Amino acid sequence: MSLTSPHASPGAAVAKPSRRRLRWLPRQRPGWAVIVAAVCLALIVIVAILAPWLAPHGPLEMSPANRLKPPGEAYWLGSDAYGRDLLSRVLYGARVSLMVGIGSALISVVVGLPLGILAGFFRGLDAVIMRVMDGLMAIPSVLLAIAIVSLVSANLWTVMAAITIPEIPRVVRLVRSVVLSAREEPYVEAAVSLGSSLFTVMWRHLMPNTLAPLIVMSTYICASAILTEAILSFLGAGIGTETPTWGNIMAEGRTYFLIKPSLIFWPGILLSVCILSINLLGDAARDRLDPRLQKRGAAQ
Amino acid sequence: MSDDLIPSGAAPAPVLDIRGLQVATQSSPAKPILKGIDFAIAPGETLCLVGESGSGKSVTSLAVMGLLPKGSLKAVGGRIELEGDSLLEASPTRLRDLRASRMAMIFQEPMTALNPLMRVGEQIEEVLVMHQRGLSARQRRDRVLDMLDQVQLPDIERVHASWPHQLSGGQRQRIMIAMALVLEPKLLIADEPTTALDVTTQKQILKLIKQLQERHGTSVLFITHDMGVVADIADRVCVMRHGEVVETQPIDALLRRPTTDYTRQLLTAVPSLRPRASREVADREIVLEAIELEKRYGQASRWARLAGKASAQTLAASDINFALTRGRTLGIVGESGSGKSTVARCVMRMIEPTGGGVRVMGKDIASLGRAALKPHRKRIQMIFQDPFRSLNPRLTIGTSLIEGPVNYGTPREQALARAAELLELVGLPKDALARYPHQFSGGQRQRIAIARALAMEPDVLVADEAVSALDVSVQAQVLGLLDDIQRRLGVAVLFITHDLRVAAQICDEVMVMQKGVVVEYGPASRVLGAPEHAYTRSLMLAAPGRHWDFAGFRPLKSVFEETSPVTATAR
Repeated sequence: MSLTSPHASPGAAVAKPSRRRLRWLPRQRPGWAVIVAAVCLALIVIVAILAPWLAPHGPLEMSPANRLKPPGEAYWLGSDAYGRDLLSRVLYGARVSLMVGIGSALISVVVGLPLGILAGFFRGLDAVIMRVMDGLMAIPSVLLAIAIVSLVSANLWTVMAAITIPEIPRVVRLVRSVVLSAREEPYVEAAVSLGSSLFTVMWRHLMPNTLAPLIVMSTYICASAILTEAILSFLGAGIGTETPTWGNIMAEGRTYFLIKPSLIFWPGILLSVCILSINLLGDAARDRLDPRLQKRGAAQ
Repeated sequence: MSDDLIPSGAAPAPVLDIRGLQVATQSSPAKPILKGIDFAIAPGETLCLVGESGSGKSVTSLAVMGLLPKGSLKAVGGRIELEGDSLLEASPTRLRDLRASRMAMIFQEPMTALNPLMRVGEQIEEVLVMHQRGLSARQRRDRVLDMLDQVQLPDIERVHASWPHQLSGGQRQRIMIAMALVLEPKLLIADEPTTALDVTTQKQILKLIKQLQERHGTSVLFITHDMGVVADIADRVCVMRHGEVVETQPIDALLRRPTTDYTRQLLTAVPSLRPRASREVADREIVLEAIELEKRYGQASRWARLAGKASAQTLAASDINFALTRGRTLGIVGESGSGKSTVARCVMRMIEPTGGGVRVMGKDIASLGRAALKPHRKRIQMIFQDPFRSLNPRLTIGTSLIEGPVNYGTPREQALARAAELLELVGLPKDALARYPHQFSGGQRQRIAIARALAMEPDVLVADEAVSALDVSVQAQVLGLLDDIQRRLGVAVLFITHDLRVAAQICDEVMVMQKGVVVEYGPASRVLGAPEHAYTRSLMLAAPGRHWDFAGFRPLKSVFEETSPVTATAR
């Protein structure tokens, strides 16, 4: 009888289907939409990084003689009301958008993750942290940005702060809910009984559970931050016109919309493609990291 | 066991006839799950489908009901006939008509099988609304009340208007049975219907199914892993393994003369209800002691007390006293809600006891703070019930094993070397250190969990239902391992279980708990051999298959009987 020789059983070699492990490596080929999204986003990132070398003109280089030129040899996408090259401005604008997007996502995760873990782990802190977060959630980001800009001058950092602050509570709530359920897992109790410090328990045993949903969430934050930044610039509450952003290019182009729609069209289309790509990649990451949602379609 | 139900030579046409049923996954390449299953159930017969996890018994039942998960499993060959109707070829509409009216199913988990947002009476009525259009509301209600009466629920008018959460697990399972039988189906499929229930409730439900079956002439396909249940209710048994039928025999023949090694192995792995011979006391050193331990839930808050409100407290455990000596095993036995896990968690200081003391190696740890507790924590280690959740899925086995020792200052290298030794001790290869938990089976993971506890060199192991989630043969291996380790290392074990068979096999002393209090405490041979308290006796009487000596392939004669006097005969 094989009752006494456990490792003779084939079970030792055959892996059981994994129930909880993150599958980082793609098993099946991602759909074409995801591939297209990845390529688009990669292109946008590359041109943003290489903008100083790719741009045929300086983004602020005015040329009063060449105002509102149609697309041509010198100005590939034409020029704006001050004779600045639209292509160069759009390329430089991508830098601000991506920095705001990635920066907001990073900061909100860096601030929200520890707060969320603390709130989920300590019942006493939970009440305090979550009430503060409820307060923050009530602030609309556009109004907060306008308030901040009216107090201090608008630059990349103030805009990022204005966008990030209302996002932090969402991260905290997400992390807290994951921690609340993960702390009931027996392996967490086992760690406690093995004499692990509270920090080890939180960091090594609880925190990794939050990573998969956080990655997904941060893509949505990234996309919404880019959009909010564009809205702020468009409203004139964002980064000043001396730094081209997709939002303020569109804001300036609005005046000439009837005679030269391409001033709005190009930054607009790039903004849409960029956000669509990030959201598609976020959905793909969610499907991969959380198999339970796979069958429910992409609607959020 | 009524022998007249076993089909004789000139058997009537079977209710359910399965021939060469093959089910495979729809992945590519397709993996066969069922590799050609054959069996038939005669009218009024109970056929038990037995097998360990992964044997395909539940897939068989789902295939019959036409409920195979779409897109992942598919019947690829063979026939299923219900009274001559081919089920595999039936349209979804036809299948829906057949379900409930001619075949019905009850599930393992009565908590989740009922809709929590509907009163139970309405849920049963819904079946009638769907399948018997002609009935008036009055008639439907009468039918449902009649059915609730038949499943022996008390106060049926009140139950009819109850929500699922207001009923106990046993009552919910009765509702499920009422719902399944309200249209008088010819075939009832019961997939582990009593596994989630306490033994005494289980006994009542099994009896109820038997009674209803006799009254309505229903055939029952009963799926279970519990040989005790099989011995109590089956007419015939079909043993499955790896998607194949290993053996089909009438129950008596199967228990007395199993023809295959696998069945023999399954039967011998069933622990005997007879307590093992008590071991002599080698060491009198008390390693763990509980003194008037008490845990209340819902301590009245300061505000409630100020407001003079009566506190709604639950006494989860009170006045618990026991002493565990080195190298011995103390079993805490009881049904759900008896407080046995509360005691274990208080002893581990996973939860704070609200009164009394816990002494580990003579030191009271019940009221120590976090820092003061740390040096004592390693003296007492725990093995959890669910081996799939007790190991961090993201850490390698090696990392998990050395976490404890490293916390107490052992150098990494030394801890790793020790971990490799421990893996060998629990019967796993050394290379397991670099692997992840998902690469191991449940039994192997439980071995790893034991190794992790042993890495701390504890004096006491607390095993909370440590073998309940395992198949019976694996369970036997893990129990054997615990016994072996105890002999070699002299560790004391506090073993929490609801399974009297397991308790009888591993414990030196047994403490029986009910509703938070100890009702009986003493040597296993006395408590389980000649119980004095009425509750212990009722537990013993409810243990399924208690009239059968599985490992000996013969009936048992001298288990104490329901009629025997309570007085201590076997002192």
